[in-house]
Amino acid sequence: MASYDAQTLAQLEADAAQVLARYPENPRSALLPLLHLVQSVDGYITAAGIEFCARSLDLTAAEVSAVATFYTQYKRHPNGTYTVGVCTNTLCAVMGGDQIWAELSDHLGVGHDETTEDGAITLERVECNAACDYAPVVMVNWEFFDNQTPASATALVDALQAGEPVRPTRGADRVVGFKETSRVLAGFTDGRANEGPGAGAPTLVGLQLADERGWVAPGEAGKTRAQPARGERQKTAPRSGGTQSSVDTPAGPQGEDASRRTSNDASGDQTKREES
Amino acid sequence: MATTLTPVLSRTWDTERPWTLESYRASGGYDALRTALATAPADLVQMVKDSGLRGRGGAGFPTGMKWGFLPAPDGGPRYLVVNADESEPGTCKDIPLMMASPHQLLEGVIITSYAIGCHHAFIYLRGEVVHVYRRLLQAVQEAYDAGLLGSDVAGSGFQLDVTVHAGAGAYICGEETALLDSLEGRRGQPRLKPPFPAVEGLYARPTVVNNVESIASVPSIVQYGSDWFRSMGTERSTGYGLFSLSGHVRNPGQYEAPLGITLRELLEMAGGIREGHELKFWTPGGSSTPLFTAEHLDVPLDYESVGAAGSMLGTRALQIFDDSVCVVRAITRWAEFYKHESCGKCTPCREGTYWLVQILQRIEAGRGTQEDLDTLLDVCDNILGRAFCALGDGATSTITSGLQYFREEFEAHLSGGCPFDPAKAALFEYASGSVSGAGTVGA
Repeated sequence: MASYDAQTLAQLEADAAQVLARYPENPRSALLPLLHLVQSVDGYITAAGIEFCARSLDLTAAEVSAVATFYTQYKRHPNGTYTVGVCTNTLCAVMGGDQIWAELSDHLGVGHDETTEDGAITLERVECNAACDYAPVVMVNWEFFDNQTPASATALVDALQAGEPVRPTRGADRVVGFKETSRVLAGFTDGRANEGPGAGAPTLVGLQLADERGWVAPGEAGKTRAQPARGERQKTAPRSGGTQSSVDTPAGPQGEDASRRTSNDASGDQTKREES
Repeated sequence: MATTLTPVLSRTWDTERPWTLESYRASGGYDALRTALATAPADLVQMVKDSGLRGRGGAGFPTGMKWGFLPAPDGGPRYLVVNADESEPGTCKDIPLMMASPHQLLEGVIITSYAIGCHHAFIYLRGEVVHVYRRLLQAVQEAYDAGLLGSDVAGSGFQLDVTVHAGAGAYICGEETALLDSLEGRRGQPRLKPPFPAVEGLYARPTVVNNVESIASVPSIVQYGSDWFRSMGTERSTGYGLFSLSGHVRNPGQYEAPLGITLRELLEMAGGIREGHELKFWTPGGSSTPLFTAEHLDVPLDYESVGAAGSMLGTRALQIFDDSVCVVRAITRWAEFYKHESCGKCTPCREGTYWLVQILQRIEAGRGTQEDLDTLLDVCDNILGRAFCALGDGATSTITSGLQYFREEFEAHLSGGCPFDPAKAALFEYASGSVSGAGTVGA
């Protein structure tokens, strides 16, 4: 029977007790976070992980397996340090996601759900990740890399393979490894919530247009937008979307597309704010 | 008068660190909670009913009425479960809302829980957005530390715990009963209704399942009143909502406007279709809603008008495709998505989506026949309305509407394949010699 060494098991049991405490009415609700938890130790869903979950919740291994195989984030074989997911759902695909996928797959020499020989990257085609206004989108360990091009995505995977830290467009200051990400998804925060911006440029485009044209919601709700705090807003506008860099070396998609997107008044204004 | 934008949810998103409790409070956050806790719960339910707020997750069911369906208290637990599984292709409003301002949602959760008598609320977040999960976890912790959650919410004596739960990758979990099964630690498969969640939901107890944007809208209704909310929108589609423009528009993004605004108005705000091109087709509410074309530019984007024009308002996910895009390619890719995401429980959906993909792929590749077009409609007819949930229905939407508006384009594929160059639809130049697009197979 698959098992963990005593020290790992003790840590897992302590963590599992915390997870179960979130679901006092029905411990089985802890199963999805527990699967993320064992994945954070093993890098994928192992037989030992399944048995650990089953023991923790008084389920059979078959019951746990049936759940684990339903969800795409639970991996059935060892995952790379980084899951690189290219959105190839219709909108991103049309905007260039198909080409990004084709070039990354060619560049890395792997296909869907395959891992590079160095163990750095597992490449995936992913479905819509709720960032369509930033298309084409690439996810690395479920952090957003917005407005990608084949060149920016290739530079991104090169940096990952070289072991350089990379910074998502909207996310933590650097992408953490697959195991660390899985631990966060199990509900154990890593203290990075305050990193990164509140929003990228497309998220704010309507708000900024409303400001320019003097549009507010009716009544008292609208007055709150016109208060003096606005001066501070201008100074503290978040980074615009479409920028991305490794922590040391800027390597963002500042190509033709990015400049085209900021050529309009609203986000052009934002770019200026960012520089000031 | 032309419709203007009405930022309510989005109005604090550009403040300094808007996700923190301190910043949210500085913008008047949690004022509505104070008002709510001094109001009788039944009056809050009535207020939301009076506002006319309808579910912002796609179906548009009246939110207050959903709350009102809960049976009378029997001493046992009642639950609020927030559907934060935003996964409908094109839909991209809840994730930025929670990333920028998780306390907006949390304030709505506390008010709603108080209104319906819930003492343990859950936020079910899709697992593929780790930074949003960090922000939600921190917001909940801040709320506990500030006495806004726990045994004595804001000194009112009301007790509430909130658990933020990360899913693990499955579109179907956005369906409310599949979400409940998933939250109970099972495969995310829809339940037969009735019983509805209001009667037997989470742990077979009375449960309200509401979308993120619906719940985040509640504090504004409590603060400014149901008449204020009704002063925006149309008579039966009241209030404001986030309209998410994506695709071939100059300035894609979030536009918060009264329901009833038109795509023509929104496109003007978004700088129009990208230069040198014209609008070809669009989804009013994500890929599960029938396609619209340029002839629908002036359809008011409210539930009734969009329905009367043959589609659904859905999640106001306006995916815009210009004349460079092959509609067969777009529809085939969506069909691959539904096939991938069908949970497999109901035969018409599981088998039907498989065959839709088989047929569409051979049409796209130039190997289809005239008979295939009829077979597509026949398969759609055998899926629509024949499964537990709406996933299969959604799979048919773009196919039947696509054949309605673009049959000639399907027929043009039958001899010789796709007449479009995918490179022309992309936002960047394709490198020479590389090929992709037509014929790629879904994950």
